[in-house]
Amino acid sequence: MNEIKVTSADEFDIRDWLRTDLMPHFMCPGCGHGIALRALLWACHELGIGKDRLAVVSGIGCSGRTGAYIDANTFHTTHGRPLAFATGLKLARPDLTVIVISGDGDSLAIGGNHLIHACRRNLDMTLVLLNNEVYGMTGGQVSPTTSAERFTTTTPAGNMEPVFDACKLAEGAGASFVGREATLQTPALKDLFKAAIAHKGFSLTEVISDCTEIFGRKNALGSSPEMVLKQKKVMIPAHTDNRVPEPFKPHPFETGVFVRQERPEYGEVYEALRARVREKGK
Amino acid sequence: MSTLQNIQGNAACAAGAIAAGCRFYAGYPITPSSEIAEQMAARLPKVGGTFIQMEDELGSMAATVGASLGGVKAMTATSGPGFSLKQENLGYAAMTETPCVIVNVMRGGPSTGLPTRPAQADIMQARWGTHGDHPIIVLAPHTVREIFEETIRAFNLAEALRVPVVVLYDETIGHLVETVDLTPPQPEDIVTRTFASGPAEDYLPYAAGEDMIPAFPRPGDGYRTHTTGLTHDERGFPTQDPQKVDAFMKRLLGKLERHAKMIEKTESVEVDDAQVLIVTMGTPARAAKTAIRQLRDEGIRAGLLRPVTLWPFPEAALRAAAKGKRAVLVPEMNAGQLILEVQRVLGGAAPVSGLNVFNGEPIAPQQIAQAVKELVK
Repeated sequence: MNEIKVTSADEFDIRDWLRTDLMPHFMCPGCGHGIALRALLWACHELGIGKDRLAVVSGIGCSGRTGAYIDANTFHTTHGRPLAFATGLKLARPDLTVIVISGDGDSLAIGGNHLIHACRRNLDMTLVLLNNEVYGMTGGQVSPTTSAERFTTTTPAGNMEPVFDACKLAEGAGASFVGREATLQTPALKDLFKAAIAHKGFSLTEVISDCTEIFGRKNALGSSPEMVLKQKKVMIPAHTDNRVPEPFKPHPFETGVFVRQERPEYGEVYEALRARVREKGK
Repeated sequence: MSTLQNIQGNAACAAGAIAAGCRFYAGYPITPSSEIAEQMAARLPKVGGTFIQMEDELGSMAATVGASLGGVKAMTATSGPGFSLKQENLGYAAMTETPCVIVNVMRGGPSTGLPTRPAQADIMQARWGTHGDHPIIVLAPHTVREIFEETIRAFNLAEALRVPVVVLYDETIGHLVETVDLTPPQPEDIVTRTFASGPAEDYLPYAAGEDMIPAFPRPGDGYRTHTTGLTHDERGFPTQDPQKVDAFMKRLLGKLERHAKMIEKTESVEVDDAQVLIVTMGTPARAAKTAIRQLRDEGIRAGLLRPVTLWPFPEAALRAAAKGKRAVLVPEMNAGQLILEVQRVLGGAAPVSGLNVFNGEPIAPQQIAQAVKELVK
């Protein structure tokens, strides 16, 4: 990474980072994933990451399709497995900056096992977990982060299951960097991504995104701007000491960086092992 | 320099992988294949490679493909239940044309079955385990030395043809110790995929020439391509255009036929004058060789055709070997899988019967000799 820049929103041109020949994109109007993508690429821009050395690995779902628009080395893998693919890629090619884009279903349901072990292992990569509370691609089924009482196509009487808190899960599993922001605040989201990518080790960044067309419509949450503004009402910025954990209500969420600690990075640990066995073999 | 040594089949597999240039292994413990992982854990860091024990079988297949997507030769090994779990990401490797090697040391099934006993009941799973039409190569060694050779050949074929290659053998050979020469191959006998070169402008990652194998774009080399399990066009991006889908599938499924000569491999033993042709692989092929000697001592002429490359199935070699034979016998340690392919290929040209053992014991030479005697009565 070269010099770290700070740029205003006007100075950053997202088109420099997109495969513009793939436009128009296939996201629904009002989808929050585009805002998250913008913040992510803005962070890459400010960190001076070269596009040739950037590898973006994604899974299945709306989140999984987001990576294809990035003008980098992009890998659209299988459902729930992007972290496992990325683990192989990063170990084989430590010279690459590896970013994984995944969703709440991809990371917390079908891929949950890879998530907790990626947190534990601490290989240097960044997970962007786009949480929109729903399986959007398949038509709006309940996910592990769907708020209580919300309607989805598989919870026609309202959701009865408690939600997963991805950040608490990651912290418990030993992640060395954990943070959350909402699409409401793009500059703050950009700064979170910047800190996460720059962090040596595994980083989990959860993005509170919004699914207007499917989840919003089903629950009468209004237009996209209305949904984003509603984020503000339930958002608790970090360090306000105002924890209200009510898992069975449309849940308030905290934002900020929750964990940032130095832990041995797995790639470096393995490199040290190689050196040790070579020394022994002499 | 000879490197004669007493070595177990699974250890010979690991030695072959290292000799072939494998520098990444991701695995998950499972009997009776775990020795391969243990060997790779010890060997890989010494040669600058990486071993990782993943959290599950799905993850180990994914990490293997992920490493290969980075341009590094990669493998994993497993057995029945684990092989089932690997199938989805094996399909991803087939679809994205990512070279990789998967070893399946067969044990008794279904389900948890007989973890420490041999079987050959994954013959069809190895070919058809993942969903959708897909290309795959399956190699079936029958000695410790051949496990070494075929593991090397598996990497060579995977790299040359950008296809997943399965090395398939049963528990008996995996745990068998034989005195073998594991002289590493000459550097010119090791194949590494062709990496994309030339201008990045207007580069098409899935445009192939006459050989139907596109060059592999290595991340970091400036091509910035997209890899997806969705059906894709020559640019690598998803398409549902029927013409493009058709062209892509024809190339994906046709590339192995184009290179059939490189892939096909069989062993023939005393086939020419045989009255009865035995078709089998793995441990039963060892028993068949002994049975053929015993039968010939008694004046009964039997011969063996052994597919070393099991899939794609050696159709022409089987048709030629079976020509004019009084009977064909297919001994296998399952309820009848290889025989289905033999019957399909021969289409009634010779009577085909099976010898099926699925009690967890290897097939003995006497059982094969007895079955042949019944056929010539």
